[in-house]
Amino acid sequence: MSRPGPGGEETSAATSVLQLRGVFKTYGQEPSAVHALGGVDLSVQAGEMVAVMGPSGSGKSTLLTIAGSLEEPSRGEVLVCGMALAGMPRGRKARLRRRVIGYVFQDFNLLPGLTAIENAALPLELDGVAVPKARAAGLAALEALGVADRAGWFPDQLSGGERQRIAIARAVVGDRRLLLADEPSGALDSVHADEVMRLLHEACQRGMAAVVVTHDAQLAAWADRVVFLRDGRVTGRTARPPGPESLLTPGEIR
Amino acid sequence: MSVPHVLLALLAEGPKYGLQLREEFEAGTGEVWPLNVGQVYKTLGRLERDGLAESDGTGQDGPQKRFRITPRGEEALAAWLRTTPDLTSPPRDELVMKVLVAARVPGTDVHEVIQAHRVYLFELMQQWTRLKEGEARDDLGLALVVDAELFRLDAVTRWLDAADTRLRRAATEPARPAPVPPPVPQLRRLGARR
Repeated sequence: MSRPGPGGEETSAATSVLQLRGVFKTYGQEPSAVHALGGVDLSVQAGEMVAVMGPSGSGKSTLLTIAGSLEEPSRGEVLVCGMALAGMPRGRKARLRRRVIGYVFQDFNLLPGLTAIENAALPLELDGVAVPKARAAGLAALEALGVADRAGWFPDQLSGGERQRIAIARAVVGDRRLLLADEPSGALDSVHADEVMRLLHEACQRGMAAVVVTHDAQLAAWADRVVFLRDGRVTGRTARPPGPESLLTPGEIR
Repeated sequence: MSVPHVLLALLAEGPKYGLQLREEFEAGTGEVWPLNVGQVYKTLGRLERDGLAESDGTGQDGPQKRFRITPRGEEALAAWLRTTPDLTSPPRDELVMKVLVAARVPGTDVHEVIQAHRVYLFELMQQWTRLKEGEARDDLGLALVVDAELFRLDAVTRWLDAADTRLRRAATEPARPAPVPPPVPQLRRLGARR
């Protein structure tokens, strides 16, 4: 299938925070090779949240690890903030990961021995930012997520919803540009999961670009665009939705 | 949807005028279901006729009339709230029909049909979700209506996913021979060998 249908998309490198061009990923050798991604094009702009939906084994997580420079594509190009990852020296790539990209995982991955603010400020401290400055940025991130009053608490003293807010704070702390999230609502109930998506979307409205991988349609619906993946290929995309007012026009829904 | 019972519920809070009822009905449901004044007065007339509501004054008509719920109305309301809607027989769903039909129309890729519907459903869900960010944040009635709509659409997308997977599996699996009831003697022989 080579028609420029649902897989193709218009890309403008100038404003893209993340760009994937013809990305393939194959694990192992033929004849037993596994083709996780089969030529994916994706471009995410600043201020935009893109959800990636697909059944298990569709390549969602592979796409995320490649976008986050944690794995290299077998073929194709990945650009973060206009910079090609291929051939980038290891040190620079690591710095990019710490400074530009924030990750949110399903199981939050907070360090149990650190307080909320220490967790949130950790990426900056690892990056060599002076502790007071890093803590100030960490506190600002906690504030934006409504958990500044938990700054001195340890993860095991917090509820699941609070823990995930701390994890998001850690992902957006400082001057991050790209947020990558893999099933970010974890095992939270639907109302709390909704809250997580609201916070991620607000982070995008403040200027970040985000890719959220999920199998939950209601969470994906928070995104500005939804990309459907199956067998490593994009099988469809939603358009940017019109405003909600179209739903509230009397007589439009029956 | 049962407009008469929702009006009774609003009257259960205290006597109200027709226009007021319309406003409260719309506000309480997040203004998702518009209701015209004529419909309100017609329904109130019927409630009055059935003795479920009554109005004060006799000669006055129209907007000056105030309505209140009667004890019988309160009973009817309580009964309605606890009566489960009829969900036993599956509705004849247009989308289900389309997928069933697409699977057997020659030259039609049923997965493409499914994907087209999936994209549309997601676009709708995205629109409803935008309401959660805006109006529905401070409007409990609307938030509940939006949730209901999202769960309904979500269920449809899940059915599409399941249909997609099932059809793919059916296409790759070799056609199974028609089930033949296992001959009893063979079962016995297997058992004997153990």
